[in-house]
Amino acid sequence: MADTASLRSPRAGRAARSGRTGRPAQTSRSGSVVVHTILIVGAVVMVVPFFWELMTSLKTFAESTAVPPKVFPAQAQWVNFSSVFAALPFGTQFVNTVIMTVARTAGQVLFCSAAGFAFARLRFPGREVIFVLFLSVLMIPSQLFLLSQYEIMQGLGLLNTITALALPGVFSAFGTFLMRQFFLQLPAELDEAARLDGANPFQIYWRVMLPLARNGMLALGILTAIWSWNDLLWPLVVNNDPEKMPLSAGLATLQGQFLTNYPVLMAGSILASVPMIALFVIFQRNMVEGIASSGIKG
Amino acid sequence: MTEQTIATTERRPARPSPRPSGSTAGRARTRPKTGNLRKGEAFWGYLLIAPTAIGLLTLSIWPAIQTFSFSFTTWGSFGGHTFTGLDNYVAVLQDPEFGQALINTFLFTGMTLISVPLAIGLAALLNRRGLRGVGVYRTLYFLPVVTLPAAIALVWKLLYNGDFGLVNWFLGIFGVHGVSWLANGSTAIYAIGIVSIWSSIGYNMVLFLAGMQAIPAEYYEAASIDGAGPLRQFFRITVPLITPTTFFVAVITVINSLQAFDLVYLMVGPTSPAIQNAETVVYLFYQKGIIQGQGGYAAAIVFVLLLIILVLTLFQFRFQKRWVHYG
Repeated sequence: MADTASLRSPRAGRAARSGRTGRPAQTSRSGSVVVHTILIVGAVVMVVPFFWELMTSLKTFAESTAVPPKVFPAQAQWVNFSSVFAALPFGTQFVNTVIMTVARTAGQVLFCSAAGFAFARLRFPGREVIFVLFLSVLMIPSQLFLLSQYEIMQGLGLLNTITALALPGVFSAFGTFLMRQFFLQLPAELDEAARLDGANPFQIYWRVMLPLARNGMLALGILTAIWSWNDLLWPLVVNNDPEKMPLSAGLATLQGQFLTNYPVLMAGSILASVPMIALFVIFQRNMVEGIASSGIKG
Repeated sequence: MTEQTIATTERRPARPSPRPSGSTAGRARTRPKTGNLRKGEAFWGYLLIAPTAIGLLTLSIWPAIQTFSFSFTTWGSFGGHTFTGLDNYVAVLQDPEFGQALINTFLFTGMTLISVPLAIGLAALLNRRGLRGVGVYRTLYFLPVVTLPAAIALVWKLLYNGDFGLVNWFLGIFGVHGVSWLANGSTAIYAIGIVSIWSSIGYNMVLFLAGMQAIPAEYYEAASIDGAGPLRQFFRITVPLITPTTFFVAVITVINSLQAFDLVYLMVGPTSPAIQNAETVVYLFYQKGIIQGQGGYAAAIVFVLLLIILVLTLFQFRFQKRWVHYG
């Protein structure tokens, strides 16, 4: 983009390089009102389900099925939140989800940054071939692995274990690709200088590159955490014991047991989704940066 | 791998360097060859990729090959696999249930693609200079992306409820008498599609916003000097210049939607009368392969799905020349 711009006019090229980009002209006051009106209507559509979830979680059962719908409960029924713990092994499933998420996230950040660094910064025979192999994994739908992964877990005696929940998610072609992109952006002089100082490739990775790739690792970590927390199909396949399920699968079964008890279902949904929503709100910038770089610089 | 073999491979000019040494800032790949072997570079390279390479080999690549071999077998009820050639593929292609699942999946994908133009529009609005509250809007639109699918599915089930759901109450204001959206075979897949649009719009919007921020401001300034209004600028500058992002988003949306499972499983499920008209290909795969133990048949289903994904993606790449402008 910057290249074409600079061909056409030196001014535009300079602007693109200095980052003065991407903002259409100032809107008039009335234009601004229109823009906000559209955005607010959209935001309401996005938020209403969450608002309704919260309100329903505080209602009595009768209030939750009232016709016409009642927006606010007469009295907040906090008891619905403790009912979740009686209806499900919620505490256990919460712990399962945390262990699964932490294991996958830690594994991916460590292993993908190592592999990403090697692909971006080191030369070794077969590098291109192996990288293409990694990319091919990225493009294959994950259902293709499920049956065989299930048999592998069965063979290892890992069915209905937390290890089985976490294991396949520890290795990621996407994460490797994302980290490679981050390492490619770092200037080549860095490893040249470290090499002259006598550092070996591992020291360059660990001492020089990793600290500089902090943003990339954070972005990958947050994306991995959220995807792991929300993963449904693999947990359903590999663990059918409620004591060994993560919350995603647990809530799905809770739905079966309490077909219409919406207040309790909503309370459970809130408890199960709040941790990742909080993570997103805190690390929003890193996450958005990670998504944007996965899309643009591909 | 010995030091010697590495040395021989390294000495060969594997990649001719296009530039003289010293002018390779920011390009790790075209780093100048210093002639002598960098000690242990290959060793560390293999060691650093080893964990992920071994993991992917045993848990992705090998399983993919094994699943391919499964697709030519029939699974007995006691665990034995008999080789039956192409029988599974023939059966899948003749199975009206698979045909219906494919139609449902295409409908779902088509619905989800509606989120692409919506996300472009929203991103363009958020990209206006001096707009207040961009962060708040972005957070709100992005919220469904990070929310547990089970939580999303459950609340939308409640909203779609035929008797006391908010959707029917809202339609009632306009005198429309709504049905039980998810229990009805003719509406279920569309109802799920709307949830899919709702939950993917924020993700796509973030991608488009990043694409739009790379457009030089001068283009817009020049356009306004020439008297082009905001709408004209949007269609003449923004839309053409973000076509690479649009292409990317369309490709991943199609790939992901063709693999839809969560929402159908959570919102409709096996006991619903509407499941025949709502089940997606991956849902059928799950039912056959995991619940009913017909692994061979299920394996054939995913390979047919893979083929469809490949063909559609290839088609998109071919077709992109007509509408994608790379700067």
